[in-house]
Amino acid sequence: MTWQGWAEIAFVIGLTLALSWPLGIYIANVWRGKVRWLSALERVFYGASGVDGSKGQGWLVYAIGLLAVDAAGFFLLYGILRLQDHLPLNPQGFGPLSPHLAFNTAISFVTNTNWQSYGGEQTMSHLSQMAGLTVQNFVSAGVGMAAAAALARAFAANRGDTIGNVWSDIVRNVIYVLAPMSIVVALVLVALGVPQTLAAHADAVTLEGAKQTIALGPVASQEAIKMLGTNGGGFFNANSAHPFENPTPFTNLIEMVAMNVIGFACVIAFGIVAGARKAAMALFGAMAILLSGAAASIYVAESQPTPAVHAVGASQTANMEGKEVRFGTAATAVFAAMTTGASCGAVNGMHESFTPLGGGVAMFMIQLGEMLPGGVGSGLYGIVVMAILAVFVAGLMVGRTPEYLGKKIEAREVKFAVLAVLVLPVVLLGFSAVALVLPIALQGQLSTGVHGLSEILYAYTSAVGNNGSAFAGLTANSWWWNTTLGIAMALGRFAYVVPVLAIAGAVAAKPKLAPTAGTLPVDNGLFVALLVGIILILGGLQYFPALALGPIVEHFQMLAAVAR
Amino acid sequence: MLKLFRASFVMMALFIALCGLAYPFAITGIAKLLFPAQAAGGLVERSGHVVGSRLIAQGFSRPEYLHPRPSAAGNGYDAVNSSGSNFGPMDKKLIDRVAGDAAKIRADNPDAVRAGAVLPADAVTASGSGLDPDISPGYAALQAPRIAKARGLSPSEVEKVLADATREPTLGVLGERRVNVLEANLALDALQPRAHPGAR
Repeated sequence: MTWQGWAEIAFVIGLTLALSWPLGIYIANVWRGKVRWLSALERVFYGASGVDGSKGQGWLVYAIGLLAVDAAGFFLLYGILRLQDHLPLNPQGFGPLSPHLAFNTAISFVTNTNWQSYGGEQTMSHLSQMAGLTVQNFVSAGVGMAAAAALARAFAANRGDTIGNVWSDIVRNVIYVLAPMSIVVALVLVALGVPQTLAAHADAVTLEGAKQTIALGPVASQEAIKMLGTNGGGFFNANSAHPFENPTPFTNLIEMVAMNVIGFACVIAFGIVAGARKAAMALFGAMAILLSGAAASIYVAESQPTPAVHAVGASQTANMEGKEVRFGTAATAVFAAMTTGASCGAVNGMHESFTPLGGGVAMFMIQLGEMLPGGVGSGLYGIVVMAILAVFVAGLMVGRTPEYLGKKIEAREVKFAVLAVLVLPVVLLGFSAVALVLPIALQGQLSTGVHGLSEILYAYTSAVGNNGSAFAGLTANSWWWNTTLGIAMALGRFAYVVPVLAIAGAVAAKPKLAPTAGTLPVDNGLFVALLVGIILILGGLQYFPALALGPIVEHFQMLAAVAR
Repeated sequence: MLKLFRASFVMMALFIALCGLAYPFAITGIAKLLFPAQAAGGLVERSGHVVGSRLIAQGFSRPEYLHPRPSAAGNGYDAVNSSGSNFGPMDKKLIDRVAGDAAKIRADNPDAVRAGAVLPADAVTASGSGLDPDISPGYAALQAPRIAKARGLSPSEVEKVLADATREPTLGVLGERRVNVLEANLALDALQPRAHPGAR
């Protein structure tokens, strides 16, 4: 560890938090319908689809519309992937994806997970990358932000029966927030070295006379939205570790800021729209504290000696297996914390080659529920669900009906909140337990023993958490993994967002109460501590047994191996 | 129901047109106009032939060239098959591979080893992409005596080339000091064109 490494981590997180402030104000204006500079384009969308983009909708109508858009996205993407050999812009002549791989990939991108059972440069035509995957990078992010906007309006409402309009929410978040930011980021990335071409792969003859084929493509346009939309699906197999996706420490900075800034900005926007700026700052603070803690933990863990390098007497400043020299340990550690905290899933180093505790913290960040700061939009509604549970627990302690932001939290809201948070452990632990005893599942493993357990646990954690990163030694392109991970991703997204919209509907219908002396303040340090505590205790209780058998055992094995 | 079905598919088709075609085509066009070299992958030509990309590692193995880090991409340095090893830290395959690489590096660089150079961690570890174009200044310095000997150059001449190919952390805190391998090797050849029998 060096002072420079700590300074880099502090700089990256500090810059992200600072930039999220003005962006949050802008996003709040988008959510309130005040940003209209592309209203002509909006009218094209509503007119062609035959929908009314201005009428308020109840939560059920809103949820059905949201699911319909995602269903259409799934079928169109599945079709493109299955037919890519008959479609244009396929200079390498790649064949169609197998049915189970296309199923997995389509669900993966529609749910904002971007789990990849394939290597991009060996599988996807340029058209599939652009018109297939890039599109869902935008739309899945827009859908997440739409749900967050609806929840914010619900807390602002006073006996309201609508939570917004799903069509205009999706269209506006895409065209006013995600698209303009992507254009800027994509062009900056190209200027810094990220390729953007429709040409085929390039052939080179090295100075030593060997042949090398270099994969190219429209990388920058996909890279920008991959980070901004917390999608995380790489153009190349190596994702943001690939020098074409992330060529310099400066592009690395841009990508890190991009993958967290909208998540934090959504909290600011929530505070403005719901009329609860100080309470939103408490949510913001809890996110920032846990994110910083994870970045520091991974940095410390990755600065430990590892057995292989120790055995040959090489210098022991960092665990460099799976890391790039241009980034080093600090930039890889903070990237890992931000990507797992944000349900992004992009990686600039291989998590499977992290030290046991480094990889374990990354996995635990996903298991905490993807709200630190979480995916764009989804992180906001995730932390609001946690805040509802926190005031509920506090209410039980003092024996009063809990309130949050002037709304009574009653049985219906708490039931839906618990339903939402139960999806992650039930699906994750259930599928992992089954996979551990099925030969068909175990065939995909690179490692056995303790590390093999972590590999499987991480895969389902990533899928149901809609993260998309992996302990990538697992060969997941088989019908078992593609199918079960696909189901896990769908449940992780939709079995969460529908209860959240139901909460929004219930909250909107309640009267807005003025705070009284008996109201638990939700905008001070005590509440931040309570919220952090609830998140950590809930995550710890659910996953400590599994983590103890995986990363924690491996950590002690490694210490013993280094001591020998 | 049918109305909802139609609305969602039409909306999705419009998103494909806007985000999947108009946006990437526009970026491609602007990139070609403003940043043609970067957009094409930063390819480097020498006497009219593409010799590689500044951003993509190649498997240099002759004594007169600077060597890259080990690579797990395909069969090594496969730029259409990027990948890390994904070995966990306790993996026997990793421990064996590192031991083999360390022994080879020490055998290839006897002068540096005799002078007490410590093997840097990046020299024996595979990068995340398998295509890491850089090595640490420590690993470059360790190879300098070998390169100087193979080319009949003075150590200071080689050290100057390596220093010229070294990049500092951005803004003083972002990333690490690093040496670009292809850049250094091109400079070595430019300094002494006879010593590369494989080139045209």
